[in-house]
Amino acid sequence: MLGFLIRRIIQSIFVMLAVALIAFMMFRFMGDPVNSMVSENATTEERDEVRERLGLDQPIWVQYGRYVARAAQGDFGLSWRNARPVSTLLAERFPATAELVLVAAGLSLLIGIPLGIFTALRPHSFLAQSLQFLSLIGISLPTFVTGILLILVFSVWLGWLPSFGRGEVVDIGWWSTGFLTLSGLKALILPSVMLCLFQLTLIMRLVRSEMMEVLRTDYIKFARARGLTNRSIHFRHALKNTLIPVITIFGLQLGGLIAFAIITETVFQWPGMGALFIQAVSFGDVPVMASYLVLVSLIFVIINTSVDLLYAVLDPRLRVDGARASH
Amino acid sequence: MADTTLSRALDSDLFWSFRNSWTARLSSLVLISLFLAAALAPVLATQDPYDISQLFLLDSELPPMWAEGGDPRYILGTDQQARDLYSSILYGLRLSLIVGFASVALAAALGVSLGLLGGFLGGVVDATIMRVADVLLSFPAILVALLVNGIARGILPPEQHADAAIWVLILAIGLTNWVQYARTVRGSTMVERNKEYVQAARINGVSGIGIMIHHILPNVLGPVLVIATINLGMAVLTEATLSFLGVGMPATQPSLGTLIRIGNEYLFSGLWWVVIFPSVVLVVLVLAVNLLGDWLRDALNPKLR
Repeated sequence: MLGFLIRRIIQSIFVMLAVALIAFMMFRFMGDPVNSMVSENATTEERDEVRERLGLDQPIWVQYGRYVARAAQGDFGLSWRNARPVSTLLAERFPATAELVLVAAGLSLLIGIPLGIFTALRPHSFLAQSLQFLSLIGISLPTFVTGILLILVFSVWLGWLPSFGRGEVVDIGWWSTGFLTLSGLKALILPSVMLCLFQLTLIMRLVRSEMMEVLRTDYIKFARARGLTNRSIHFRHALKNTLIPVITIFGLQLGGLIAFAIITETVFQWPGMGALFIQAVSFGDVPVMASYLVLVSLIFVIINTSVDLLYAVLDPRLRVDGARASH
Repeated sequence: MADTTLSRALDSDLFWSFRNSWTARLSSLVLISLFLAAALAPVLATQDPYDISQLFLLDSELPPMWAEGGDPRYILGTDQQARDLYSSILYGLRLSLIVGFASVALAAALGVSLGLLGGFLGGVVDATIMRVADVLLSFPAILVALLVNGIARGILPPEQHADAAIWVLILAIGLTNWVQYARTVRGSTMVERNKEYVQAARINGVSGIGIMIHHILPNVLGPVLVIATINLGMAVLTEATLSFLGVGMPATQPSLGTLIRIGNEYLFSGLWWVVIFPSVVLVVLVLAVNLLGDWLRDALNPKLR
């Protein structure tokens, strides 16, 4: 188990170094930063001085090493657009995105799993059939179209819910939360519904097919033969094995949620990291783009590693293999 | 000769499967009409939405012709700038499809060549290509496309953004989607590489490139068609998403995604038609491509029969 843990962590460090290299290369793509810092008629000496001051005269791998070292300390440089530290910009925006993604992930599990179980247990009922059909449409609809439709119905026509922003937020230290005010909670509803819809249909379909598979296995037949109640068979015996693959997919999809939050944040003018990233893309603001890439990859890597570890904890078969491999 | 080819085609399994699937027939009908509409946009449109001299500000914000206050000259109504929505959608559809097809072609060309190279040469070349593919796959497509887009915008001077937008989009979407082609082609190339006809060609002195292009390529192209079909839906959707996010086609040359973005800005003015109609066309287009792709995958997969 420990060997597995260490191997996974070393692997993650290599992935992060590769991502940092891509982020670092982005700066090189964008031409010589010295040109944009000195005046047009600067002499070669003046240019060289600036170059030296910025450390650009050193070999490229030294520059890369310094970039990694500073990124590891949370120093991502200044935004080209508004000359503020990128780390501050990201820290300001992070709580908004985190809350949105967490609520959407929670919703997709809380709704997706019960719906999946229901459609697996009663596959021929009218409700299950219509849910299957609806999930097909849900997968085909572009997410931003779903968002616009939600705004059109619930904000424009019915006027029930706000269509932009986070509502009132309460600051707890550097974290600003929308969970504690009524307007904050109301503002969260439409964006999180839009963000969770795709994930929800995915989880529902996954739980359904896994559950149907598990219900056909021998140990379930044996449980029936022992005369256990349906309730006990479905929820105590079958559900446990159904949920193991769901955890993996859910972990992988959590990264997808962060990426799709970019779209949700644009539709609902949600002041999160995704909206910041879109601005950076349209202005070619490299420090912000590169840092967003590094940060999001870090979150991906942490999620994937924890999912793998969790998997080893939940599935004893993997634990035995892992123990054997580490000897 | 043409006669026998036709009758063979009509007699094939694929055609039989096509006649027996109503989703395939319906979606191809829808697709053909949309392709025709896009190709004939200059003929079918009642107005050139790019030509400012044809816009009359008095006619702005008109609802569709069947709604109250509608004008029969503007079938689907007009937007804030008095552009005829029906004509804008035709031209927008055209742009969306051009970007879609071009980026699919780029992704397929790139993926097939890299897959062939990796599968045929093996070794370091193969390992490098596949590691890059793994890294690309572990990120959501939209994020990769946004990054490529951002880098291209950073390199180009701002005044060229609007003109270069279509090329930047094709590049961004094409570079994002090649992985699937490369993986599939690589897999089948590795199988074909060891077959006797390849050895025969080798003995005859055909060069490595010659073997790849003339002998292996024709035998690994089958699945590429299926991937390309499914990919077209993805590409159109990615283009629409990027344009919606404001980093795709500019408002002066609106694609479907740009039209939806423009419509979204006027959502609260009650101009629902400006956002609904382009969305409907986009959804119908993507749905039809996906259904046709699903059918093609099942029909060409002998395991499922």
